[in-house]
Amino acid sequence: MSQSERTVTIASSVGLHARPAALFVQAATATGLPVKINKVGDAPVDARSILAVMALGAKFGEEVVLTADGDGADAALDELVALLSRDLDAPE
Amino acid sequence: MSAIDTRHGIGVSPGIAVGPVVQVRPPVRPPDKEPAPADLVVAGEQIRQVLESVAGTLEDRAARADPTAQQILTATAMMARDPGLATAADKHLAGGRGPATAVDAAAEEYCAIFTEAGGYLAERVTDLRDVRDRAVARLLGLQDPGVPELTGPCVIVARDLAPAETAGLKGDMVLAIVTESGGPTSHTAILAAQMGIPAVVQLPRAVAIGVGTILAVDGSTGEVFVDPDPATQAELVKRSERRTEALGATSGPGMTSDGHPVALLANIGTAQDAESAGALDVEGVGLFRTEFLFLGHEKAPSLEEQVTVYTRVFEAFGSRRVVVRTLDAGADKPLAFADLGPEDNPALGRRGLRLSAERPELLDTQLTALSTAARATGADVRVMAPMVATAEESAWFARRVREHGLPVVGVMIEVPAAALRARHLLAEVDFASLGTNDLAQYTMAADRMQGELATLLDPWQPAVLDLVAAACDGGRDKGKPIGVCGEAAADPLLALVLSGLGVSSLSMAPTRVPAVRAALRMHDLSTCTAMAAAARAARSPQDAREAVLALANKFITDLI
Repeated sequence: MSQSERTVTIASSVGLHARPAALFVQAATATGLPVKINKVGDAPVDARSILAVMALGAKFGEEVVLTADGDGADAALDELVALLSRDLDAPE
Repeated sequence: MSAIDTRHGIGVSPGIAVGPVVQVRPPVRPPDKEPAPADLVVAGEQIRQVLESVAGTLEDRAARADPTAQQILTATAMMARDPGLATAADKHLAGGRGPATAVDAAAEEYCAIFTEAGGYLAERVTDLRDVRDRAVARLLGLQDPGVPELTGPCVIVARDLAPAETAGLKGDMVLAIVTESGGPTSHTAILAAQMGIPAVVQLPRAVAIGVGTILAVDGSTGEVFVDPDPATQAELVKRSERRTEALGATSGPGMTSDGHPVALLANIGTAQDAESAGALDVEGVGLFRTEFLFLGHEKAPSLEEQVTVYTRVFEAFGSRRVVVRTLDAGADKPLAFADLGPEDNPALGRRGLRLSAERPELLDTQLTALSTAARATGADVRVMAPMVATAEESAWFARRVREHGLPVVGVMIEVPAAALRARHLLAEVDFASLGTNDLAQYTMAADRMQGELATLLDPWQPAVLDLVAAACDGGRDKGKPIGVCGEAAADPLLALVLSGLGVSSLSMAPTRVPAVRAALRMHDLSTCTAMAAAARAARSPQDAREAVLALANKFITDLI
């Protein structure tokens, strides 16, 4: 089975920190797939680890790469891309 | 009552309270050379169960917290449940470490990455260490460190309290605070005074007092009675009644018995503080610390957010003055959005006005917000800068404040250079306010946060009083008022000395105002002047205090 991959620009104005990081990690965990995330050129880390995701230090406007394999990987990554494309720190 | 275990500490927040002890436990370190587990899989499973239970505790707390704390606690629970943390601990187990040591080392790896990254991530190190400390304690079969869940009114006892621990304390559950270390200017002291509950610091053997033991705490004298008998409790109640009577006898503006005015003002930190202090018998605000709007935030607060908060504060005081201190942050209170990098000596680094000079856009937004709120409310707003050392800085700040249409500008005098050169600094501005906590720290070269140095940090140190006198001379020379907004202003006896030196306003935790007002009304200005001379002529803080007490009205002991 081939690996699925998506590239997305961080839309949260504070970067992938705090609330946006927590929401992303919760969503990645909910897919049930071993999703990985990395900044372009860096080694991929476990997207279900809030510590690893925060340590990426992905800022507003930076591109990150999401990868996953397994059943439903494409649909799961599309959901995560949609999530990261919103400003998750904006008040509801 | 001779058989009662009576101990003496330093009273830092007045009042009397009786209640059972709750001990705040310090974090436990893993034992040296903790033995490697017999079975790595079992040990790994044990670590995962403990981390899961820590996550559960944090989520329970989150469910009962306010929205801001809830977000932080939820994210912290996720850290405890992080698969990467458990995997990193596995590696240390495989390397021959014991479970507690493995969790500790795994957490520290992430702490090192976060500290290195700085800013927002560096602030999260505290949260991760909270997870670590709980997990280590539980793996060792001990209770969690920190403040336990409070189930009824109690006396909080600790070696010392960190700001994060004090922040979660609720006034209706905490009758008094007692610490074994910490000084009169520690966070504990400031918090207790703000909450209006009695507090004693530097109490010998405090952490050895058993949980549930009844303590009677006199936050004015620093006396603590362990397991007091009914006679002792009755005597304390009588003492408390005498004080209440003495305090209730006066009201209105501060003045000496011969009518010399000394304005009595409140120190505040938030809009909520302003609303509660605004309802009290005070003449305004002498120190509005604006840091809370900035600290712990990932982004600088917007202009609109600031206008909203400042408007609430100004409205609470109507036509009474509000002295606002612009952002006082820096290396020891880092801001995620204005991080200038680590410094070896934060207290001597780019803090206060020096940070504003590096990041003028922060100051400009704050001044625009203050000016907008001032115009909207018609309030008597006066703006001052922290950590000013030179006349050039004073002039730079004054120009910026006036450009924003704020007519009254001042400087804090916290640096000895500023006290010695007060007349030159004051030539540029309208008033000055002495921050005696920092002034003592810089005069005596003694770190405010070091409880062991409390004697050097005593505002009765004659050298500190000499610098106050120098600042007042500068004020007289230029015909400009000098206030005091440090903890020194809240000591009724020292307030008399400060008034005698020429200080014209005293700003303090609002709960301390009645005692200072009563002390002033008992003495005339010439007595205060004689007290100031006696204090400066003394060779030690103790001698200074005794010399002043000898000149004071004998009923002043009911107030202190």
